[in-house]
Amino acid sequence: MSIRIIPRLDIKGPNLVKGIHLEGLRVLGKPERFARSYYEQGADELLYMDVVASLYGRNSLLEIVRRTAQEIFIPLTVGGGLRSLEDIMAVLRAGADKVSLNTAAVGNPEFIRTASRRFGSSTIVVSIEAIRQPDGRYQAYTDNGRQTTGLDAVQWAIQAAELGAGELLVTSIDREGTGKGFDLELTRRIAESVPIPVIACGGAGTVEHVVEVIREGRADAVCLASMLHYAFIRDDPGTDDFSTEGNTEYLKTRGKLSRIHEAKLPQIKAALPARGVPCRPAAEAAVHV
Amino acid sequence: MSETKPTRVAIVDYGMGNLFSVQQACAQAGLAAAVTAEPQTVLETDAVILPGVGAFGDAMAELTRRDLVVPLRDAVASGKPLLGICLGMQLLMSESHEFGRHRGLNIIEGEVVRLPVSAEEPPRRVKVPEVGWNPVWPVREDAWVGSLLEGIPAGACMYFVHSYYVRPVDATLILSTTTYGPITYCSSLQFGNVFGCQFHPERSGPAGLKIYRNLATRLGRLYAEVERS
Repeated sequence: MSIRIIPRLDIKGPNLVKGIHLEGLRVLGKPERFARSYYEQGADELLYMDVVASLYGRNSLLEIVRRTAQEIFIPLTVGGGLRSLEDIMAVLRAGADKVSLNTAAVGNPEFIRTASRRFGSSTIVVSIEAIRQPDGRYQAYTDNGRQTTGLDAVQWAIQAAELGAGELLVTSIDREGTGKGFDLELTRRIAESVPIPVIACGGAGTVEHVVEVIREGRADAVCLASMLHYAFIRDDPGTDDFSTEGNTEYLKTRGKLSRIHEAKLPQIKAALPARGVPCRPAAEAAVHV
Repeated sequence: MSETKPTRVAIVDYGMGNLFSVQQACAQAGLAAAVTAEPQTVLETDAVILPGVGAFGDAMAELTRRDLVVPLRDAVASGKPLLGICLGMQLLMSESHEFGRHRGLNIIEGEVVRLPVSAEEPPRRVKVPEVGWNPVWPVREDAWVGSLLEGIPAGACMYFVHSYYVRPVDATLILSTTTYGPITYCSSLQFGNVFGCQFHPERSGPAGLKIYRNLATRLGRLYAEVERS
């Protein structure tokens, strides 16, 4: 079975941002440009996460989704602050194929059932953001790891699957943005406990990390952010105007982020089959038949 | 290619499925498509696309409630191309075993059955639903000639999201097969002017878009014939 490589694009207002542990966000550019490039380079899906999810930002998110859906023809998942069936309907209407739910699902687990009945299980991805506790257990958080839920992440995963989630997006807050590798134990514990696909997120710094989380972590798909974004920016500094907010200078010098080895999708996908991880060849995305 | 847009395609809206991406794929292929729930529009357009994501029983109930069942059958009988996608293909069959037994549109004789959950214990088990990219293979070397799959390389990966698959009684209708875990199933079929695919061509990158382009070419030829006659 082919695993999926899913570029994750964190969105704040009109911009693509990236942080560490989902904090300290920096502006990288316009998400549509990154999305277009990833599509052409063989991304299997895309994930847009509205990391601020304010009422103020919602219209710009829908606009980004709309523009993206006009030119990319792979599945697009959108998450961040979706609280009602109307919110879900709005992003689906804008062109998303699936939605990712976290806070709304934690606050009212029945919402998973309602939403999956209304839109189909395959449309509903439940996002679980977990932090490893001193006793080795994992606890689920909301609001980018700021708000504790008291839920055991593995138990919550099982419950979410039973309520009708079509997939689980499992993010290790501890590893997110660090390049130290995925949390293999977190991923494996959840992947082995549920009958639905698990997308591993948070910590990728090398191709080897991707191989590990598939083979040892039993993930069905992986999210990549920094590795891809940094390669994109290095290649194509582009014409985006970064002067208003943040800049990409730090990426070019990188400093403490040196754990993250930037890589492009064709490179990553070329390396995987030899390591026993089948995937859709990147070349198929580039060839217009 | 899209400067004259003579074609009119009805994307059937019965409240389920992502119609937007289907519409975008049509636009990309130069097909003038409209999302519609109007039975009359389904009858009047030159081609029909029946998309769908969700449960079979709910979908049939919605088609019935919106008086679309007979128009869809009539559209097929009139000879115009009909493209059924994912649940839209499954609905063409006689019946489904999803959450009980449900009658389908009965345009193609056959049934819709669940993907088997692999008997193997975790961590090696095959997950259901199947979500992701999987190659489609022609049943014979020339099986795709003249079909909407023409020109797509054998073994091209397409994007699937499903827990059920179709089993047509007449196996010669099958255009392509795909293997998931322990089984090889029908991933696309053709029955006269009806084409069905289990994958989502509008979410399958360039290979999937080729199906929409083929549909546009086919309609273009039909118009040329009409003009000549």
